[in-house]
Amino acid sequence: MSRGKLPAWVDYGLLPLINLAAAFLVAGLVVLLIGENPLEAVKILIWGSLGFGEGVGFTLFYATNFVFTGLAVAVAFHASLFNIGGEGQAYVGGLGVGLACLALDRFVPWWVTFPVAVAGGAAFGAGWAFIPAYLQAKRGSHIVITTIMFNFIASSLMVYLLVNVMGKVGSMQPETRIFEPGGRLPLIRELLPNLDLGQAPLNLAFVLALVVSGLVWLLIWRTRLGYEIRTFGANPTAAVYAGISPVRITILTMLISGGLAGLMAVNEVMGSQTRLLLEFTAGYGFVGIAVALMGRAHPVGILLASILFGMLYQGGAELAFEIPTISRDMIVVIQGLVILFAGALEHVFRPSLERLFASAPAPAAAAQGS
Amino acid sequence: MDNARTDTAQIVPGHEPALELIGIDKSFGPVRANKDINLTVAKGSIHGIVGENGAGKSTLVSIIYGFYHADAGEIRISGKSVKIPDSKTAIASGIGMVHQHFMLVDNFTVLENVMLGAEGGLMLNAGIAKARKELKRLADEYGLTVDLDAEVGELPVGLQQRVEILKALYRGADILILDEPTGVLTPAEADHLFRILRTLRDEGKTVLLITHKLREIMAVTDKVSVMRRGEIVATRSTSETSVEQLAELMVGRSVLLDVDKGPARPGRAVLEVSGLTVRDARGVVRVNDASFTVHAGEIVGIAGVSGNGQSQLLEALAGIRKWEKGTVIVDGGDVMADGKVDPAEIRERGVAHVPEDRHRMGLVNAFAEYENAALGYHRDPKYGTGMMLDIAAMRADAAAKIEAYDIRPPSCLLKTSMFSGGNQQKIVLAREIERDPVVLLVGQPTRGVDIGAIEFIHKRLIELRDAGKGVLLVSVELDEIRMLADRVLVMFDGRLVGERQPEASEQEFGLLMAGVTQEAAE
Repeated sequence: MSRGKLPAWVDYGLLPLINLAAAFLVAGLVVLLIGENPLEAVKILIWGSLGFGEGVGFTLFYATNFVFTGLAVAVAFHASLFNIGGEGQAYVGGLGVGLACLALDRFVPWWVTFPVAVAGGAAFGAGWAFIPAYLQAKRGSHIVITTIMFNFIASSLMVYLLVNVMGKVGSMQPETRIFEPGGRLPLIRELLPNLDLGQAPLNLAFVLALVVSGLVWLLIWRTRLGYEIRTFGANPTAAVYAGISPVRITILTMLISGGLAGLMAVNEVMGSQTRLLLEFTAGYGFVGIAVALMGRAHPVGILLASILFGMLYQGGAELAFEIPTISRDMIVVIQGLVILFAGALEHVFRPSLERLFASAPAPAAAAQGS
Repeated sequence: MDNARTDTAQIVPGHEPALELIGIDKSFGPVRANKDINLTVAKGSIHGIVGENGAGKSTLVSIIYGFYHADAGEIRISGKSVKIPDSKTAIASGIGMVHQHFMLVDNFTVLENVMLGAEGGLMLNAGIAKARKELKRLADEYGLTVDLDAEVGELPVGLQQRVEILKALYRGADILILDEPTGVLTPAEADHLFRILRTLRDEGKTVLLITHKLREIMAVTDKVSVMRRGEIVATRSTSETSVEQLAELMVGRSVLLDVDKGPARPGRAVLEVSGLTVRDARGVVRVNDASFTVHAGEIVGIAGVSGNGQSQLLEALAGIRKWEKGTVIVDGGDVMADGKVDPAEIRERGVAHVPEDRHRMGLVNAFAEYENAALGYHRDPKYGTGMMLDIAAMRADAAAKIEAYDIRPPSCLLKTSMFSGGNQQKIVLAREIERDPVVLLVGQPTRGVDIGAIEFIHKRLIELRDAGKGVLLVSVELDEIRMLADRVLVMFDGRLVGERQPEASEQEFGLLMAGVTQEAAE
């Protein structure tokens, strides 16, 4: 990694913006190719996501999902673990949230169910991450492979549970019953009616996402455990030297990562769908990888990247609606391009930027002499 | 300051330059690794380049061999200006390189290794026949005898290096560059290498020897150039210079090559090791039944050619590497047997460890300095309460160490990779010594460290000894061990083969380090 050669504002600000601009340029070309006006498309995309209350509400609702899955991937990143299993962990986390809501919604108000659902989602997500973590730590099975596999297992497991165990009796729908109000998170539009959020499902889980972002920052940069996680991630040999157990850190980090992914279900299951249903994760777990990459595994960056992806989701839906030739699939292409440039091609523009800034006098230069 | 360019005029006819560098300049970001380098290497000579680590030697060599591109300047070979964009061109221009770490395929034979990259055609048969003939000629001409059908991995290091030289010659090298060639060799193997280099020179080859060991320069070169901070500060005929003069040129000021050290006053035993046996991951015994004691107030040195088990011994004692048999007692405490130790516990008992390789083990390069100043002690209550770290306390502590150890630049917020080797080593040393340990394990304390910092580090180690601590010092630099240690144990092939006083002769150490024990010799 060549981190550190660039000033922070370039590394964390300019570079992501350049990547984003490149993604939009290519996406614009695609829009041109199908005979539509790219500027018009951008206008609709931005207006659709930020131009009115309901749009903003949807954007932030999607962003809430991405914050959780993005943080999940980021925490694992700090230990140099690549957790691809956010999708499956969020899915199984939904089981924890759903069970809590189904058990309590008829008896207690939402604010009693809420902490139980949070704990349930985190515990089930963490539990789903535990097996790959254990296999990685004790047996050396590669976490990328095992977490991918566990996404499929989670998917099949949830189908089985929803069809055969938890499904409503007498219904063809593979989903649980709708939660009573005691199992629903208050929507922001109900709490703050003057905000004019329309039908947006933005709910209290958004606040939870902000709080959890702050907690993750504290964990990574202000606790002994975070210090150990970063040491292990940056230099495992030095970690062993420092008496940090790789087994312990691998397992703990993955539990935290899985728990964060599981929290995504609080937003979807308890906040929006108010029932447990098939495929509610809808790929948010995978987008979390791009969010974490783009956000540089830092909670603030993740928050910003989540809002961007929220905009793409919400604005993209508006775009597909306004310009029918830009289909839902085209939106996926555009999102894919952003992921490609922000995530996979992260280093394409880095060398030239480094050259550019190397010629300018850097304050760090003084430190280089021996 | 001598300018090497003036030498061009002094070259006698018949000694035309094989290699000329004119105004070579190379920067990495804000760091100028090579500044206006002018160097002329006469044909048929052995030319040495000395300098501290980080002086720019490796960069210069990499430019000659086509790994890096110079920002400015010209390279001439036999008077003709050449561009060397890659190592392929360098080889075609008659430049051969023997790297510090050999570029050999262990499970190929010598012959296959030499042919690698010059197989000649789709099928191997013709190439093999040609290579065999050519290698035989080279072996006869230069005295480079190696069994061509031996597997390279089975050969001792000295012979592997010979294979590297053969490889370069086979590809038609007229100018041979050797980068720190003796680091892995026993003194006897090094002597043998020097004989080969002299033969090569006498047969008309040109040798460029890169090293930081002044003794080698004196032993084998005809001319020597000294590099300091990216510049060539002097070029001398070896016969007209001295070790002291070269050392002074290397650092730019006179240095003490000796340390003031009173006699040791050994006290109670602080580290008792008995029957320690360590196997590596492949099951090879790396430390074989090692027993010794370190007392308070003495420095015990472990000498040996690197790779004879010193690293494994040090890591086992630090709790990083599991051992198979044997016991360790620290400061008269409980007996530690295998399976019951981990680095954190050993630290608790008062054993501090300055690891051999600070980049790989001792530091996290991506961390700010203050984060590394607590590495391994991050659970200590003084760095925070409960789960939380007290960042302000960590920074204050780091700043105090920076002050006490004169770490430069004096900023605990700076990323550790921005510090020079010597200052990085001081960060590690400050961390381990300031914990007031009972025993300090030190591996290669001055590897890749400039002379100024070496002096400082040596002084600190002796101060620690005089403060009544036990120090176990592992170093491949025999001079360093003889200078610092009060007793020297020699390690060979995993065994401690003898104990000597540091005053014992270099020959005696040399024999022990090569595995020739008194008993076997008699």
